Amino acid sequence: MSETLLKIDAAERIFGGGKTLFGSPLPAVHALRGVSIEVQRGETLGIVGESGCGKSTLARILVGLDQPTCGAITYDGEDLCALARADGRQLARKIQYVFQDPLASLNPRKTIRAILEAPLVHLLGMDKPARQSRVEELMQAVNLAPEFLERYPHEFSGGQAQRIGIARALAADPELIVLDEPVSALDVSVQAQVLNILDDLKQRFNLTYLFISHDLSVVESVSDRVAVLYFGKLAEVGPARSVFSAPRHPYTHLLLQSAPAPGRKPTAVENAETELPDPYNPPPGCAFHARCPRRSNLCLQSEPPLEPSPIDDRHFAACHHPHGRTS
Amino acid sequence: MAETTALSSGSKRSVGNRQSNLRLLMNNRLAAGGLVILVAVVLIALAAPILPLADPDVTDPVNRLLPAFSEGHLLGTDELGRDLLSRLIWGTRVSLAVGLSATVIAAFLGSLIGLVAGYAGGRTDAILMRGIDMVMAFPYILLALAIVAVLGPGLLNALYAIAVVNIPFFARNIRGMALGLSRREFVDAARLSGMSHVRILFGEVLPNVLPVIIITMSTTIGWMILETAGLSFLGLGAQPPQADLGSMLGQGRKVLFTNPHVSIIPGLMIFVLVMSINLLGDGVRDVLDPRLKSGSLTRPVARTAVERAVMPGDLTPHRDAILDVRDLRTEFRIGGEIYKAVGGVDLRVGKGECLGVVGESGSGKSVSAMSIMGLAPTPPGRIVGGVALLDGEDLFSASDERIRMLRGLSVSHVFQDPLSTLHPLFTVGNQLVEAIQAHSRMTGSEARKKAEALLRMVRIPNPAERLKAYPHELSGGMRQRVCIAMALANDADVIIADEPTTALDVTVQAQILSLLDRLRKDNDTGILFITHDFGVVSAICDRVAVMYAGKVVETGATEEILSQPAHPYTAKLIQCVPVLGEPERRFGAISGRPPVVNRLPDGCAFAPRCQKATDECRKTEIAMTELSDGRAVRCIHPLSAREAAA
Repeated sequence: MSETLLKIDAAERIFGGGKTLFGSPLPAVHALRGVSIEVQRGETLGIVGESGCGKSTLARILVGLDQPTCGAITYDGEDLCALARADGRQLARKIQYVFQDPLASLNPRKTIRAILEAPLVHLLGMDKPARQSRVEELMQAVNLAPEFLERYPHEFSGGQAQRIGIARALAADPELIVLDEPVSALDVSVQAQVLNILDDLKQRFNLTYLFISHDLSVVESVSDRVAVLYFGKLAEVGPARSVFSAPRHPYTHLLLQSAPAPGRKPTAVENAETELPDPYNPPPGCAFHARCPRRSNLCLQSEPPLEPSPIDDRHFAACHHPHGRTS
Repeated sequence: MAETTALSSGSKRSVGNRQSNLRLLMNNRLAAGGLVILVAVVLIALAAPILPLADPDVTDPVNRLLPAFSEGHLLGTDELGRDLLSRLIWGTRVSLAVGLSATVIAAFLGSLIGLVAGYAGGRTDAILMRGIDMVMAFPYILLALAIVAVLGPGLLNALYAIAVVNIPFFARNIRGMALGLSRREFVDAARLSGMSHVRILFGEVLPNVLPVIIITMSTTIGWMILETAGLSFLGLGAQPPQADLGSMLGQGRKVLFTNPHVSIIPGLMIFVLVMSINLLGDGVRDVLDPRLKSGSLTRPVARTAVERAVMPGDLTPHRDAILDVRDLRTEFRIGGEIYKAVGGVDLRVGKGECLGVVGESGSGKSVSAMSIMGLAPTPPGRIVGGVALLDGEDLFSASDERIRMLRGLSVSHVFQDPLSTLHPLFTVGNQLVEAIQAHSRMTGSEARKKAEALLRMVRIPNPAERLKAYPHELSGGMRQRVCIAMALANDADVIIADEPTTALDVTVQAQILSLLDRLRKDNDTGILFITHDFGVVSAICDRVAVMYAGKVVETGATEEILSQPAHPYTAKLIQCVPVLGEPERRFGAISGRPPVVNRLPDGCAFAPRCQKATDECRKTEIAMTELSDGRAVRCIHPLSAREAAA
């Protein structure tokens, strides 16, 4: 069970930068500032964070749509970035991606059959009869009638379209699926359907999920482990249960308190002055210190390393003054 | 159980679509006329070899310069005695062929350049487009002349020249489209499906730009024919004795004053041909262009049309209500179908109260809210029943002037996406001042002071500085604060907030919610809060109205509804929501899908998805039943307390 499938080691991604023709430096955004994390085979790793924290950049790097500026990523013992550069198809057969906006990720001028067959033809090189049965199998897996195959994306609702997106990701029989906000564009009733299908598929096909979302309650309900990203760095990572019940990083605390929940009035609210740091000009020390109620001078001076909790060596937090068990 | 219903039946629809495109084109009389003339001209030109025409190139000096309607020569003859009718028809054939081929060549090469430049981006894009810019820098006729000068005169060379001159036009148009499309998610998805760049470009991107290529072709072809005629007129195109419209014109020029018909006849033909093609081209563009199709051609009016057939009997407003909406009905009429988006909605907002309107997408919650101040677009929308009483005044019977005054003064709106609500070219301060001065006679400096105070009220740090900021310089949360400040600018009695926090991060959402909550209590403002999120409802709303298929199905105090839903739909919907701290919960999904509002079932709209439904539910419309004070449900089998808890 605890076999490492994916290992990300100090991945960084800088957008922009470089120099102009005359040598003056161009502004650069540090989208990922050294993220190290491992994904075990068969688990669901949830990644939470607010917009601009680098979670989508990470996802795009993993499927080979983007390349890290530095850092190493190994997948099942192979160098993922080298694989992506050398043979994108090889990588796409192992890692697939489900997009946030289900309709935007389906070409409006292609039938569902053409969309689902594309990976079968180009990744697996299947012949026609094999494709026919595989496509029907896929539709069955995501609970859609095979009659839909000849239709166009605009004829489907968001939930149905997202299931087609999932079927496409499944088509190449990958081991790992990166789900980038797969349910945030959907209504709650449809969201529940899609989450149930995802859970079902994971059991049936022995999949590993990387589930990215900004919705804490969704992440909590699907994840085995959770990583909290803040400003391109890991703030906290650990088993879902312990991260959600006993968060150590003050940012995780803040997230949990801010999340609206039925039947609960929101508690402590931050001041309006608290903002994300400027990505063009990241502050020294801990990126969260401006918003942190527990900050000290130490936080201004040095960036806290990701350290295990004294009581649970699988629960890490990058904080100089982490919350204890009870706080 | 697999789902078997899509929104519509597939194959039928695409055929229907094509038919309706043709019908749309025919509806445009000018375009239809253009099409008829063009088809007639093309048919005659195509039939030239089989028509009983004289040989166009045989000279007959005896019968030179015969006038029109001479015997044997219907349109007369030219200065060499050649039959003008025959030359005209053969000439039209040549001109059409050259214009069409030049268009096809230009479209092919231009689109190819545009596609590659747009898809590849970066350096390839820069090099290709700078090349195109260089071509464009020459005046077109000069360039065509230069090309013909190099290649030598002749119809084929003129064709090349015209094609080359028109390549930039296609390249620039297509490049813009391809650039946008190539950054879309479906292109990424195709890449992850293992498709090569070439395949993506021609299999995924090209089909999506094809309509644009066709539109561009249909609008350029007339121009191309004119250009061919121009070059031939100058003697650089068709060489004697071959006839084309331009060279006929050129030859007629010599005898223009003595025998004008020789030049007028080909001139008229060019006019008819180009005119018909342009009319048709414009028509095709109107039909195919998605921007024009989605209603830009039908100009929406400033206020939703009101054609009330149903009026509630009692018009006395509820005692505590500042806004009292009763039996509101809004319909959209699109292409013969009537979509009953809102089918009899009652909403009541008291002073300082927050009413949450909850529902899934398509339930009619936004249309209800937009109808109140007449903001639902007309056409196709119209209010067909009900009243909206603002402090006792019926908004639907008020004059346009009065509504304009009330908008932003008594009732103001906060929308979901602050970036699209704020004008990108004006500073936040300018926009706030404008909102203030629209309703009060303040001087600029007073208004500025008030704007600053407003920003302070919504707790924006350093308000004086922020007034000078443009919307894009602010974060999402700050922008939404500005929108709220604008809504508060004239001490509105009611704020209609349509999903104001949906686009924001959770920490920012919590800030905005607490801000709205505090402001409504301080200023005694009523809020109509539209959301799909029960968590948000708990945070701010006193009462809730749950909407389904254009109707309110349940209403009551927030805690009561959340803890003890009476309508089966409300209960199901709450079960779908994942709750923080309860990860073990398996979500109860609602099977089936909401009904389409142009084909609502008789009786309860939720009956097909409801486990408790009986025959009775499907017979007649279900009325609201009062359960307790302020608590009502539209169900004949409401859930008992025990069922609701389960």
